[in-house]
Amino acid sequence: MQFLTYLINGISLGSVYALIALGYTMVYGIAKMLNFAHGDVIMIGSYVVFFAFGSFGLNPIVSVLLSMVVCTILGITIERVAYRPLRGAPSLAVLITAIGVSYLLQQVAQLLWKSDPKSFKSVVGLQPVSMFGGQLVISGETIVTIAACIVIMIALTLFINHTSTGHAMLAVSEDRGAAQLMGVNVNATISLTFAIGSALAAVAGALLCSSYPTLQPTTGAMPGIKAFVAAVFGGIGSIPGAFIGGILLGVIENLSKAYISTQLSDAIVFMVLIVVLLVKPTGLLGKKINVKV
Amino acid sequence: MKKFVSAALAASMVLSLAACGATATASSTTSEAASTATTEGGDAAVGTPIKLGGIGPTTGGAAVYGNAVKNAEELAVKEINESAGETVFEWQFQDDEHDAEKSVNAYNTLKDWGVQALVGPTTTTPTLAVAAEAANDNLFVLTPSASAQAVIETGDNVFQICFTDPNQGVASADYIADNGLATKIGVIYDSSDAYSSGIYDKFKAEADVKGLEIVAAEAFTADNKSDLSTQVGKCQAAGAELVFLPIYYQEASQILIAANKTGYAPVFFGCDGMDGILSIEGFDTSLAEGLMLLTPFSADASDEKTQHFVEAYKAAYGDTPNQFAADAYDCVYAIYDAYVAGVINGDMTASEMCDALKGAFTSMTFDGLTGTGMTWDETGAVSKAPKAVVIKDGVYVLAE
Repeated sequence: MQFLTYLINGISLGSVYALIALGYTMVYGIAKMLNFAHGDVIMIGSYVVFFAFGSFGLNPIVSVLLSMVVCTILGITIERVAYRPLRGAPSLAVLITAIGVSYLLQQVAQLLWKSDPKSFKSVVGLQPVSMFGGQLVISGETIVTIAACIVIMIALTLFINHTSTGHAMLAVSEDRGAAQLMGVNVNATISLTFAIGSALAAVAGALLCSSYPTLQPTTGAMPGIKAFVAAVFGGIGSIPGAFIGGILLGVIENLSKAYISTQLSDAIVFMVLIVVLLVKPTGLLGKKINVKV
Repeated sequence: MKKFVSAALAASMVLSLAACGATATASSTTSEAASTATTEGGDAAVGTPIKLGGIGPTTGGAAVYGNAVKNAEELAVKEINESAGETVFEWQFQDDEHDAEKSVNAYNTLKDWGVQALVGPTTTTPTLAVAAEAANDNLFVLTPSASAQAVIETGDNVFQICFTDPNQGVASADYIADNGLATKIGVIYDSSDAYSSGIYDKFKAEADVKGLEIVAAEAFTADNKSDLSTQVGKCQAAGAELVFLPIYYQEASQILIAANKTGYAPVFFGCDGMDGILSIEGFDTSLAEGLMLLTPFSADASDEKTQHFVEAYKAAYGDTPNQFAADAYDCVYAIYDAYVAGVINGDMTASEMCDALKGAFTSMTFDGLTGTGMTWDETGAVSKAPKAVVIKDGVYVLAE
């Protein structure tokens, strides 16, 4: 029973990673860049929910929607101001810019909202589900996070494969130049990708802070990096891969905390990552890309 | 590109030269100002002000501590200068964001300003870095709250006003055993933090001596602390009646929330890092009900000194002072005692003052907010008695 509790805690943590990883992997898959500021967009989104829901007492769903709007605008702005001018530049320059944006957002948040941690009030009203006579308790946050993660994953897959905008995204991801020649508006498509990724970040932020309720300007940083690892683990660019990678990462992390050592859990997680990448360099579900010489 | 680089280099050289010039002018103006003050004052008592520097995180994750220290130092300096009728202390405070590198930068800024004695840094990791620099410069360091053993081991110029971590660990184990709070103990600590693991090591050793059984010792690290429910679950599964939390209050609040979710209600027992848990915005303080912590200061104590301090602090900053504030206030007054005794004056160099203060601290007895009859040994460790407080109805109350 204890094992089940740890497993479910792991899945809960993993589904938060998965939700964040979806944003990373989508932007990477389509714009071919690592948006390191993603974790910090999550943090901003969480603050919006914290104030809308916790301080002004808005309806939780309205608060999350408001946060999605703010994050979408933020995401598009970041893309327009910091990334679009560098579209032709080497990927290293874009990567460094992304890290710069990440720090910028953290520092701005520190100025705006001060650095002392805030305790986040859960947006999930669902009561915990108790099973086996109270031996196994699954919190409402866990259920909502897993459900949200699955719904978003399916919706994204359908959107990309069955709408013309989705096809445009696929085309841009496969060959940007050719897509442009075929009449796809590359800039608009990439902006849309950032918009969707940032809206997802708002949802992820609300659920992350509902499960793990300490909110401060650095809140997004570490889960962001872990989620990036999850995305690589599952195969970066692949949407189901991000989901599987996130869940696996959370489960491995929690089970190694429970049965091996709380001190070594991170070391174990990253060791598993190294082994997976050695055996399958593109990640679990990653596509093999043949580079023509 | 090359041209740009050389232009940039040239510009930076010009700037650094300008900076040197600026410092030189600044220091000369201060000494001029000081000499005018001496002549104008006439009375023998008026001397050069002593330059006190403070360092602490006024932004960043540990800002609660840094701001408390900053406010209390400012208050103490103001009080002293007013009651003395002259500027005894000039004071400046620098932010270090609880970061070792930034703390050394802050220290260098203070040195450029001409600091003669340092009241800080506030947190342990930055203090270790700054103390190493200060030991080289032979500059006196009196930290209000950096409590690791390693801090005072850095040099004989480093003194603490707070307990050394090992003492907190030992005192906690003693208190738990002597009051029969529990026999099965769980511990959750931060293995990446010198403060937390330092207390845990000593706690464990003393717990063995006192016959307390540590049934679970779980750790987390700075990079891996978003989910602490597994650590709580392991303490619960091991049947711990008391969970010892030698950690800071942010993580402690997460642990309290996680324990509440699974319906686990042991006694939670913390050290001075727990101070601040009641002021987290949005935190349901009813979860902290019954939490005990070991601290040398309690704002609801009835002695005159504490009440005066709490009142003045509230009036100036609109907040009840915590233990860090009290420690910092004591620091300034301890140095003032040495000044009143005529051991130090503003005309000394930092190194002369350091030697004088070393002698003064090891021989004097100081009565402050955080203890009466405080004495220091040559290592710089303080000796004073701890108090345990418990949270009742959202405030600290002295535990019997």
